[in-house]
Amino acid sequence: MDWNTIFVTTVKASIGLETVVYALAAIGVNIQFGYAGLLNFGQAAFLGVAAYGMAVTVATFHLPFWLGILIGLAATVVLAFLLGIPTLRLRADYLAIVTIAAAEIVRLVFRSVKFSSVFGGSDGRQNFSGDFFAMNPYSPGTYGIGPISFNERVTWVLTVGWVLIAIACGLVYLLMKSPWGRVLKAIREDEDAVRSLGKNVFSYKMQALVLGGVVGCLGGFLFALGQASVQPDLFSTEFTFYAYTIVILGGAARVFSPVVGAALFWVLLVFVGNTLSEAVSAGMLPSLFTVNNIGAVRFMLVGLGLMLLLIFRPQGIFGDKREIALDAR
Amino acid sequence: MRRAVIAFTAFLGGLVFLLSSPAWADGEALKGTLQNQGQPVNGVKISVAGEDGKPVGDATTGADGKWEVPVPKAGRYKVTLDQSTLPKDIGLKFQNRATLDVQVYEGSERNVLFALAPAGKQGGGAAQASSDSSSFWDRVAQLTFEGFNLGLIIALAAMGLSLVFGTTGLTNFAHGELLTFGAMCAYFFNVVVGIPLIWAAVISVVIGGVFGYTQDRFFWGVLRKRGSSLVAMMIISIGLALFLRYVFLFFFGGEGAPYADYNAQPGIQVGPISAAPKNFIAMGIELAVLVIVGLALLKTRLGKAARAVADNPALAASSGINVDGVIRIIWTVGGAVASLAGVMLGLSQNVSFQMGFQILLLVFAGVTLGGLGTAFGALVGSIVVGLFIQLSTVVVPTELKTVGALLVLILVMLFRPQGILGRRERIG
Amino acid sequence: MHADSTTTKKAAALAAFAGLDREPGVAKPDPILVVDKVVRRFGGLTAVDVDHVEVQRGSITALIGPNGAGKTTFFNQLTGFDSADEGSWTFNGKQLKGVPAHRVARSGMVRTFQLTKALSKLTVMENMRLGAQNQRGENFFRALIPGSWRRQEDEITERAEELLERFKLDAKRDDFAGSLSGGQRKLLEMARALMVGPELVMLDEPMAGVNPALTQSLLGHVKDLREEGMTVLFVEHDMDMVRDISDWVIVMAQGAVIAEGPPDTIMSDPRVIDAYLGAHHDAPMSAEEFEEQLQEAEAELESEIEEKA
Repeated sequence: MDWNTIFVTTVKASIGLETVVYALAAIGVNIQFGYAGLLNFGQAAFLGVAAYGMAVTVATFHLPFWLGILIGLAATVVLAFLLGIPTLRLRADYLAIVTIAAAEIVRLVFRSVKFSSVFGGSDGRQNFSGDFFAMNPYSPGTYGIGPISFNERVTWVLTVGWVLIAIACGLVYLLMKSPWGRVLKAIREDEDAVRSLGKNVFSYKMQALVLGGVVGCLGGFLFALGQASVQPDLFSTEFTFYAYTIVILGGAARVFSPVVGAALFWVLLVFVGNTLSEAVSAGMLPSLFTVNNIGAVRFMLVGLGLMLLLIFRPQGIFGDKREIALDAR
Repeated sequence: MRRAVIAFTAFLGGLVFLLSSPAWADGEALKGTLQNQGQPVNGVKISVAGEDGKPVGDATTGADGKWEVPVPKAGRYKVTLDQSTLPKDIGLKFQNRATLDVQVYEGSERNVLFALAPAGKQGGGAAQASSDSSSFWDRVAQLTFEGFNLGLIIALAAMGLSLVFGTTGLTNFAHGELLTFGAMCAYFFNVVVGIPLIWAAVISVVIGGVFGYTQDRFFWGVLRKRGSSLVAMMIISIGLALFLRYVFLFFFGGEGAPYADYNAQPGIQVGPISAAPKNFIAMGIELAVLVIVGLALLKTRLGKAARAVADNPALAASSGINVDGVIRIIWTVGGAVASLAGVMLGLSQNVSFQMGFQILLLVFAGVTLGGLGTAFGALVGSIVVGLFIQLSTVVVPTELKTVGALLVLILVMLFRPQGILGRRERIG
Repeated sequence: MHADSTTTKKAAALAAFAGLDREPGVAKPDPILVVDKVVRRFGGLTAVDVDHVEVQRGSITALIGPNGAGKTTFFNQLTGFDSADEGSWTFNGKQLKGVPAHRVARSGMVRTFQLTKALSKLTVMENMRLGAQNQRGENFFRALIPGSWRRQEDEITERAEELLERFKLDAKRDDFAGSLSGGQRKLLEMARALMVGPELVMLDEPMAGVNPALTQSLLGHVKDLREEGMTVLFVEHDMDMVRDISDWVIVMAQGAVIAEGPPDTIMSDPRVIDAYLGAHHDAPMSAEEFEEQLQEAEAELESEIEEKA
């Protein structure tokens, strides 16, 4: 057992690219689901259209990077309106089914052969991150403490990522302290009551859906830039489910819970994954476990964890039981 | 009640040790077995190139259809099947999948699967290149048949989902895994144990029923008693779905596999429709089960009680119906029928750990199209979805046929949220 | 303090009704709400079919009727929570058909619900603040600059505190609304509705599920609304309450308005007795028997509501 490697990769995972991407996606989910009670099961699509919007603009049409970012943002907002207008007036579970269907549509279109000249089929798009890394202020080398360090490219992506997370958290903090946030939380409780008090519930839900989508789409940009490529299958429905797990792990309707949840989620995932695969190669586990199927065990644990959390601690790690969105008493 | 939940999770965990996993070899390589409807295909050239496009090696399938290309190290590789070396009457099931991009992990052999199908007689996912000669209406007839085939499977799955939703309000995202469970059971008894598929199917339907019963008895029922909110239960069902899906992956592996029986059935021609006899029989069984369950809902006391509970649980309870008992029976029947749907789905495509999840959205589409919570609406909605998916391939590429169905789902939500047969809800 | 004004406002209201016809849809001297030919169907069932009805400004009007008479559905139509199939209605001369619920509330017609909708995971104070209109901080961009809404928030808080004191909820100020008793929730919901600054307050069964000890105080609060110049329209099953506080009673049965009149005589109207007891009962019931039946129905209803809550 190489405990050193396990330790280093685990610590790196706590601030790594996946944590950043999932934290941003989860902050968006937290705004929509945690505060406003909207069941957007298509968060992956928001990240997907943003990432593809940028990648396609730059890689397919050879337009400037910042225009790509703008188009990615615009695509996210348009998607939010497309999904929101038909469903935000309907019951909560209708939004869930429509968003999950829309996410699947987006993914299937991205990976289709028909549109592969634009989106690149299942291989996706590469060659669009040049301008982003040209802005890299870090000179080549590694940055960090001892073995826990990253090369200059990763460091640049992570710097941008954590700055965006800080801004997003600040935004959520200010909003949720304000009367705007109060209306949102009230809608989560009972939208008819809010309507009877003269608030345009539909408009607030839409604002929450757009805001959550836009925050999440920043994660989409970073996902694409950090890997220097986009593939359709990155944005599968399971991505959204993991974002929900993260929100619930940290505790819904808490400003920092998606961030802590994301870090914890990836630390656990990487730690368990590495430990298990080390144990397999050291021959410490029954022959039932192999290098090939050990990855599945991690995600079994995610599913199990999600169930147990909601059953026994629905308020998450930091949540206040009296204040949670999900009253699973 | 907490104990019951733990017991159930332990039961799920225990599944892990029920089956023994297939043996896996060491050393990095790409390998696979080319099969067409269960028959090995030999003499097909397969070449492997690195990520940079540099060739790594190639191989030709042997008489057993097997091929293997060792690779120097872990990494991503492009595997290409040379279509010109395929026998004349066999084509790739998906024309765009002649080159696959796969990841080889350290110290492991990676199985690569090329799905083949007889040229011109492929299922829904098949390229229709060689059937160009057949007239437009023949194709429509064929697609209608395939649409019914798919629609009936969706309907079987939708029945349980819709009834559970109607009676308990649970939007069960783990329903797809009930299908996978059924298909996996049938695979286990058919391929591993070696009993004929028909008996394997019967056994897995029974086990599916027990699985449904167990889920309600030791899990959902307990959660309902605790007063868990519907949203919480919905997310719990997502957790359960993830868990089960990866348990299936753990034991079954990532690649799909067919049953041992009925693989190489030659197609028969009925009017303009050509299909393997198993498809006709499967549809007959599906139709029979749907009719029986439908009649049971209409005629039997239990069925009436079930519909009453689905319509208004509080009212049903106050008129002396044992709501919990009815819900338990719905779960049992829903589990058994979903299991059957899974077995049938495994007949028309390979058994894989994702099969239930992949069809779940279509089941949702069928259920919402027909009106959430209405038993017969789900049936009609499902068949419409199945037909729509297959017939839409007349105008849209096969790979996008699901997109059309999902778009229709969204449009129905927009204009008739209560579904085709649903009623407008009364507020206040 | 109310002794004097009560008599004058009540007297004014009663004077307005004096000499009015007892016919359904009778014209009032100064109507705040005028309803014409409102129809709502659910499939084959016509839940509401109101030909014409007016609500007098500055009065307390009760809307009664047997179960399933369509009272709540009618409420939902008027307040924009459900869309009417046909008809029109004006509030202060303004057309309200097709106007969404939140704009109905903004125009000064605020409702409460039969099953209380206290926002249980917000504090009592937050519930109150939510009722205030035209809040700067409810705009997304201004919300980000606390300086732009702090002062208004303080004013709102002050107003909310006054109301909470009046409704004797000031001690619960920082508790979660979910921790309140059923009666306190009713009070909170009424107080919150007042934060909107309504002209017409529509109360859907304000007494349902309220502990008898709180009944008197609730009645007092409803009367106070009239004293402050507001109009009250309420749905109620409790005939004691109807007789006690209402100035005028509108009776609905099977979706239609079948009778109107002052509270002390309306229950003896044969059309009303028919509606409650069915048109074909053999012997006319005594007032006591009638009362008894009502009480029974009411107790049943209350236990049902308690079960739900």
